[in-house]
Amino acid sequence: MQETAKKNNNGVIIGLIIIAILIAVVPFLVIGGKAEFGGSDDAGSEMVAEITGTEYEPWFEPVLESAIGGELPGEIESLLFCVQTGIGVGIIAFFIGRFVERHKKETEAEAK
Amino acid sequence: MTKRQKRLFLLMCVLLGAFAVSPVSYGMHIMEGYLPVTMSVCWFAVCIPFWVLGFNSIKKNVEAHGKSISILAISGAFIFVLSSLKIPSVTGSCSHMTGTGLAAILFGPTAVSILGVIVLLFQAILLAHGGLTTLGANTFSMAIAGPIVSWLIYKGLDKAGVKKGVSVFFAAAIGDLFTYCVTAFQLAIAYPSQDGGVAASLVKFLGVFAPTQVPLAVVEGLLTSAIILGLESYASSELTDIGFLNGSQKA
Repeated sequence: MQETAKKNNNGVIIGLIIIAILIAVVPFLVIGGKAEFGGSDDAGSEMVAEITGTEYEPWFEPVLESAIGGELPGEIESLLFCVQTGIGVGIIAFFIGRFVERHKKETEAEAK
Repeated sequence: MTKRQKRLFLLMCVLLGAFAVSPVSYGMHIMEGYLPVTMSVCWFAVCIPFWVLGFNSIKKNVEAHGKSISILAISGAFIFVLSSLKIPSVTGSCSHMTGTGLAAILFGPTAVSILGVIVLLFQAILLAHGGLTTLGANTFSMAIAGPIVSWLIYKGLDKAGVKKGVSVFFAAAIGDLFTYCVTAFQLAIAYPSQDGGVAASLVKFLGVFAPTQVPLAVVEGLLTSAIILGLESYASSELTDIGFLNGSQKA
């Protein structure tokens, strides 16, 4: 019985992840050609400009941008974002993998 | 569709999603240098007690249950992953999730302030995303206010006897939304509108963030529920240690 309960859990998990992916992908497929998909950060700065009536001059520049003396190139930025994702996924996968293996060993030991 | 076709379709969805996400490079923390100096300092001051409490709570947890550190690592990594994925939304702009709900539910809101600030520092220094001067304000919205709401909602629903998966979903989703409401509020008090003041500004900033964020909040809720269900199956002893599961109801 324990085993069936876990099977159900796995099904639910996969279902949740699929729904999550669909929510992320469908808007892109539907309006992808027409929309820019800029960041809402940009929209935020535009709104600041609209409210204050002038282009806002930030009083402090991002440290990396002032170090390299210009805007961070888009490709490098996506690389760094990938690094961030990679670090996260690596850690999660490592620990979940350990948990799953441990669980398998424990159930095997119980069965004996 | 056969099973194979279904799998292929799913794979395509994942790849498309990945391509859709990668070229866009902004999210919605408050931008570097966009808050007046006094406000930056104030938000830092607000964060300090939470950092102290959070540090102590993590230390206590790890000392009491050494093994819980792996769950802590997963919670932190979860924030890393979710806040790095910029997802297209119905409004035609992209935004990313916070991922803080998981840690808030498992370790309480103060611990998240530490995990969150690590991610925000990474993004502020390496990605020019968010910023060092706005670190205090961003920590407050993403790693303190949002998580407190998540935690309260989770505790409330759990007490009311709602199923764990469902309460986790609502806690994470609403916490995510609340983070962006706080960001809008922080920007609004920094930039009150000439006609209508803070309130008018708030409506404007919410108009920018909220519609984009709603579907993402749902995604965040779904993913947080998924990882909690997974942990319940495979790491029930750690979850019992940190008080998430009762000792009696071993999975």
